[in-house]
Amino acid sequence: MRSEATVGVSPWTRTAAWGVVAFLHVPLALIVLYAFSAEDKSYQFPPPALTTQWFAVAWQRDDVWAAIRLSLEVAAWSTAIALVLGTLAAAALARSSFFGRDAISLLLVLPLALPGIVSGIALRSAYNTLAIPFSFWTIVIGHATFCVVVVFNNAVARLRRLNPNLVEASMDLGADAFQTLRWVVLPQLGSALLAGALLAFALSFDEVIVTTFTAGQQTTLPIWMLQELIRPRQRPVTNVVAVVIIALTFLPIVLAYTLTRADEPGAR
Amino acid sequence: MSTALALPAPPPTVRRRVSDLLYTRRGVLLVALLAPPLLWFGVIYLGSLFALLANAFFGLDDFSGVVVREFTLKNFVELAEPANVDIVVRSVAMASAVTLACVVLGWPLAYTMARHARGAQKALLYVAVMLPLWSSYLVRLYAWKLLLAKEGAISWAAQQAHLTWALDALLAIPRLGGPSLSLSTLGTFVVFVYLWLPFMVLPMQAAIERIPASTIEASADLGAAPGQTLWRVILPLALPGIAAGSIFTFSLTLGDYIVPQVIGDSTLYIGQVVYKQQGVAGNIPFAAAFSLVPIVVVGIYLWIARRLGAFDAL
Repeated sequence: MRSEATVGVSPWTRTAAWGVVAFLHVPLALIVLYAFSAEDKSYQFPPPALTTQWFAVAWQRDDVWAAIRLSLEVAAWSTAIALVLGTLAAAALARSSFFGRDAISLLLVLPLALPGIVSGIALRSAYNTLAIPFSFWTIVIGHATFCVVVVFNNAVARLRRLNPNLVEASMDLGADAFQTLRWVVLPQLGSALLAGALLAFALSFDEVIVTTFTAGQQTTLPIWMLQELIRPRQRPVTNVVAVVIIALTFLPIVLAYTLTRADEPGAR
Repeated sequence: MSTALALPAPPPTVRRRVSDLLYTRRGVLLVALLAPPLLWFGVIYLGSLFALLANAFFGLDDFSGVVVREFTLKNFVELAEPANVDIVVRSVAMASAVTLACVVLGWPLAYTMARHARGAQKALLYVAVMLPLWSSYLVRLYAWKLLLAKEGAISWAAQQAHLTWALDALLAIPRLGGPSLSLSTLGTFVVFVYLWLPFMVLPMQAAIERIPASTIEASADLGAAPGQTLWRVILPLALPGIAAGSIFTFSLTLGDYIVPQVIGDSTLYIGQVVYKQQGVAGNIPFAAAFSLVPIVVVGIYLWIARRLGAFDAL
């Protein structure tokens, strides 16, 4: 079996593959190294000395904490809305076929498939036209819109694997639709929904392109980061924040992966 | 037995009636399920896209800078100016080059994942591609600001390897080079490839995995050299996956306005023009008109991709 499957993969190809993996991950490792660099005026490599003092400095920064708090709140609300809308859409589309079904799934993917700047400026011109002032909710509306498809994809993949006979059996045994939903469907759907929610959370937590158009003067963590990228003023604090973002997003992603391994290729 | 059957059925509760209605009338259930997401997307998202479209046909009062809500084609006339056409051409060229590079770089990884790796190694490679796909775009961009800086790791590595002359020669190339890697078009290109590569690897891997091993063996048994098998059997069968991945790499590059702003010389791309027009210039109508360009280009691209079978591989 094994020899059959490995036919035609030369050592060169395999070496190149690991080279590409290194290309994807070495830059991230470098960020972690820079967070400990004693140099604070330039991006000098290799760092002249190592220190942990910047973590303490970053910890004291109120603007960083405020940005993290806003990003977490936006991500929580967007995920909650996306969870409801994405699950409903998945339940409707997973096993049925009707006129316009493909159009609806295209509509759900559209916010991710169109360049982010298009969605951003579209929302902005709508807010402008209706004279809606920028607020916490203008950000959440944008984020929830592109998060729906993530939950939807995970839920649809799981619903298609779910044995429809179980629902029939539950009803035959006297359960009504709500009991069946509560005791038969949801327990099987749970981990897929959790995975979808985690990915939606990660997506919202570091979204910047749509956010710049819908945030007004508010500063989410990615917007804080973007300001530092364009005009670096406090390199050491930025390095530390970058490491914190890596840590905060890696956990949900790995967790989501382990939750949905069986549904492959269901992830995006 | 028969006495039990003769007992009168309990009176149906409201809950049971609703439940029966939902179960027996699938249409009612479907409407109930679809109404909230369709309302959200129909009103908020499509509504916004229409507002964008409408704005593209509005003008700007030259003196007050206020949006005038009257039909005009002025924005589109302005779009056709050589400077703007240049920006569109440059953006499309960059998106195409990035897509091509992602295919070439992603291929060995996708192929190894699909045909060689098993078990723990496969899971490791999968996570290695998925982590960067989902993790922070800005942090990954920031990493390259560190790498490409004049005093950064790449210059240092070139110096250690006594290859500074090669780096300088690279930077001396007109249009691609610049004073340092972080201020060159070459830098912009490398960062784009880095950012979108995972979006290409995953669909390619899925497509290659679907090719039966027996097809590849048959090709070899019939006398094809490995190179011939790759070109005439594997690549054509993997094309839907490549097309699916290219939708992401192409569309994401085309709409990006942050990467060229952080890494690159100061030449403009579509995204930056849209961003600047709506922000600094306050000219939402022209920004709206310009943002229709990537929609049209991506639309044409999707149409081509569909003919290549990309949607079956998504």
